Parts: sequence; C-alpha cells; structure tokens
Amino acid sequence: MTVLVLVEHEAGTVKESSLSTITAAAKIGAVHALVAGDSDEARQAADAAAKIAGVEKVLLATDPAYAKMLAENIAPLVTGLMGGYDAFLVSATSSGKNIAPRVAAKLDVMQISDIVAVEGEKTFARPIYAGNAIATVESSDSKLVITVRGTAFDKAALEGGSASIEDISGTGDAGLSSFVGLEASESERPDLTSAKIVVSGGRALKDADTFEQVITPLADKLGAAVGASRAAVDAGYISNDYQVGQTGKIVAPELYIAVGISGAIQHLAGMKDSKTIVAINKDEDAPIFQIADIGLVADLFDAVPELTGKL
Amino acid sequence: MKILVPVKRVIDYNVKPRVKPDGSGVDIANVKMSMNPFDEIAVEEAVRLKEAGKAEEVVAVSIGVPKAKDVLRTALAMGADRAILIQTEAEVEPLAVAKILKEVVAQEEPGLVILGKQAIDDDSNQTGQMLAALLDRPQGTFASKIELDDDSVTVIREVDDGLETVKLSLPAIVTADLRLNEPRYASLPNIMKAKKKPMDEKTPEDYGVDISPRLKTLKVAEPPLRQAGEKVGSVDELVAKLKALGVNA
Repeated sequence: MTVLVLVEHEAGTVKESSLSTITAAAKIGAVHALVAGDSDEARQAADAAAKIAGVEKVLLATDPAYAKMLAENIAPLVTGLMGGYDAFLVSATSSGKNIAPRVAAKLDVMQISDIVAVEGEKTFARPIYAGNAIATVESSDSKLVITVRGTAFDKAALEGGSASIEDISGTGDAGLSSFVGLEASESERPDLTSAKIVVSGGRALKDADTFEQVITPLADKLGAAVGASRAAVDAGYISNDYQVGQTGKIVAPELYIAVGISGAIQHLAGMKDSKTIVAINKDEDAPIFQIADIGLVADLFDAVPELTGKL
Repeated sequence: MKILVPVKRVIDYNVKPRVKPDGSGVDIANVKMSMNPFDEIAVEEAVRLKEAGKAEEVVAVSIGVPKAKDVLRTALAMGADRAILIQTEAEVEPLAVAKILKEVVAQEEPGLVILGKQAIDDDSNQTGQMLAALLDRPQGTFASKIELDDDSVTVIREVDDGLETVKLSLPAIVTADLRLNEPRYASLPNIMKAKKKPMDEKTPEDYGVDISPRLKTLKVAEPPLRQAGEKVGSVDELVAKLKALGVNA
C-alpha cells in the first residue's frame, strides 16, 4: 500500500497534526507527503516534510490557487494524484475535514472520519456519538480516504527521513470560490491542540472580562493554552477557536484544568483523553467530577486566584 | 431562489447513548429521537433567508425510516414550505446520501443547499462536502454567518485559526455550525399548519441510487472508562497534588 498524506503547513513548517497523521499513515503503508501552497513557504515546508521520519517521497505543488487551501482547488489536485495511491490521509482539522469528503466523493469512496486507531489494512476505529462509542469499521472500497484524529497518534519525528522532493504541476483555480479574509486570534500562548496544559473556562465565568481576569493569569502561570466550553463561546466570553468538544477542538494534554465547566457529554468528547483532569466547580454534582482525577468543590472566583497565587 | 435543507433524524442530543451489549451498535430503540441539532440550525437559516425576502421557497428533505416524517414535520413547523421523505429502512452512509441529494438537487434546482455540518450520531462531517463535490459546486462549511447576494454567497466559517470568510458563486452548498443562529421553537399554530403542508414520499430507487454500504461495522464498543478520582478539600491540597504530578510554576 502507498499512502498519500496531505501535509498542512504554516510559516514553512509542518503542523503538528500532520505529524500525527504521518504516523497513522505509516501503519497503513509507504508514506508520500503532498505539500500544496503558493510561495517559498510551501517549498520550505516541503524541505521540512522530506526530513520527517517515515516519509519516503514529497510531492510539492505550488500554485497561487493553493494559498488558502480552498477545498474546491485542493481536491482536484489530490484526486488527480490518487491513481497512483491506495489511500489518502489528512488530519481531522477544519481544513482536512473540509477537503477530504470532496476527494472521497470524486473517487466514489466512503470516507472514514476521525480515526483513532489503525487495526488492519482496511480496518479502523473511530469515535461515534460524541465519543460515547467506538466503532470498528472495515472498508470495502478499493481506495481509502481517511481523516485522522491527531491526539490519538504520536507525532512522527521531525528528523530521520531523507525523502526526495518532486515538483508537480498545479491544477489551477476551479473558479468556484475565493478567500476573502481570516480573522485570527492573536495569542502568545501555546496552541490549544498541542499544549501540554490546558486551562478551560465555562459559562460560570460570567462574562468576557471575568473570563480573561480569572482564566488568563492561571494559564499564563502554567504556560498553558486556554480553552472554553461551548456555553462560554456561545455567551461571547471568548472566540470560537477556543472551543473544546465534539464539534470544537479535540485535545489530550498532560493536564486539563476545567474551571466552571459542568461537563456536558459534548464537552467531555473533546477532552476526556487528557492524561490528568482537574475540575473546579461549586456544584459537587457536576458531571465533570465523574471523570476528573482531582476535583475541587469550590467557588471558582475564590479558588482560581488562590491557586494562581500559590503555584 | 429555492433553498433545499436536508435533515436527519438522530438520537436526541440530551440522551446519553448506550452501546448494545452484543457490540452491534448503539441502542436507539425506545430512545428519544429528534432532528439533528445542526440541521435545525440549517432549517432556521433557510427560513430566515425566506423571511428576509432572499428566498421564495424552503424545501426540507430527509432520508430514513418512516418516522423521519417527524423531523420533517418539525422543519415544516419551523417554516419550511414542503417536504420530501426518501424512505428506507437501511442505514444510508454519507456518500449514498450525497448521491441521492444530488438527484434531488437536479429535480429541485435550489440556489442554495444548507445542511448541518455533521450529524451527532455518526459524527462523519461529510455529506455537505460530498454533495458539493458531486455537483462540482463550491462549499462553505462550518458556517457561522451567511450573506446571500444575487449571484454569490459570502460565508464566514468557523475554522481552527478563527473565522475565515469565503465568497462562493451560486448555486452553492453551505453547512451550518453551532453559532449560525439560534433555532426557533415551533409555535402550536405552526405545528398545526405544518400538518397540512405537502410531504412527498419517495425511495432511493426512485432516484436510481445504489445505497449499499461501503463500510462494514465490525463492532461498536464502549470507550475506555475514566474513573472519577478524588476530591480535594482545599486549594492547598490541589497545589500539592499538582506539584506531585510535576507541574512546575
């Protein structure tokens, strides 16, 4: 089996989620990495991808149409290459989830979303029902299209490979869609999906200012990423890219501190694979305590500043 | 413009799913079923576009068991004008759903198809993108805002980095994320009125689509259970525990 992995990159480096996807791909077959972009940064990313342990070949497609990873433009590039591959893998990021089904439909393949384990050449485990069940599925399609949950696989080593880089031609602009802009959150903190520690706040934080005043100092002290429950995002305390849960980001840090989060199943789906979970909540019956390793029943407005002060 | 809104009947989002003891699936017998929450948001958006005078007709479509009529009635009560039930007892995978929807689109010719971004049962997050691919149309997935113009739609998307804005030529496919809107509750008079709205009944065969599954579910298991740990009595105890874990600050 030969597997094509679409590598996501930023500022000339390969994103960590793609390193996990390469690990998953190596369990299926020989890994070729596809880097698409429009600039020198894509070439730098291709150089970086060529050094990743387990990558046997890098395909580099540079085309202005690939600058923003629009699915309408990337999918034709991938489908055009799939004649030579048995499987296509991409991370289950917002970009991967956008692109992969478009590839799958064009190849007449039923995609396997968000895999957490490779159990055979065509057999994979994936969470369903917000992670309340794990389904093991076997594909009968001739080719595989898969998205990979990053937290379920180790990251491939950045060094150790010496793949060749082949320039391939772009497929151009499909003329269906255009990028208008990105409103990105500016943060000096670690990335939520790869941070070792995450401090997350819920609806109990009252408002955006309070969220900032209570959660941020603790996160800063711990060098942690900040997360939030859906309720906190819906209430406007913090922007959508901080949401942890079934439909937000999936995280599995060493330490997850849930502050004022009751623990709806949709939230638990996004963080229950964390190594250690700490919950601070004044409601001792909150469901979050059923999965927390360490629970503190307390008013967060007293406990969190005290904790921040004492660490 | 006509808007097509596909909706799916799924386990109610407040119900904790239970895995069947024989590992064949999740037990949905005698469990409350509802419209997939993301599809409710899609219906709401379509109805709002109609109310704003940007669309003339909203058509809801569902593929599933006869009881899927219930979620179509909900869509009609929310303000959809008519419904199509494509009835089958089989479990239909997203690829087959997209193929059926492609045929529905060919008949109905909607300017916009709005779907939920994923169903909360299989969590696949595929159907909208697959439909867009089969139709060679643009897709605005994970939408938190839609602005509809005569020949294009501007979609603000919830992405990992924040909010991305894309402009799509029409006709287009949009998938709804959580914050696109807050769906209304259907009023009693509207629920009564919905009973009189037209509902077509079809089958996958009517559209000539082969819905045989491509994936075989070998087993469905409970995830590894996390045990509740211990409660500490004070912040000092919590600090001591964290330090024991090697948290340095």
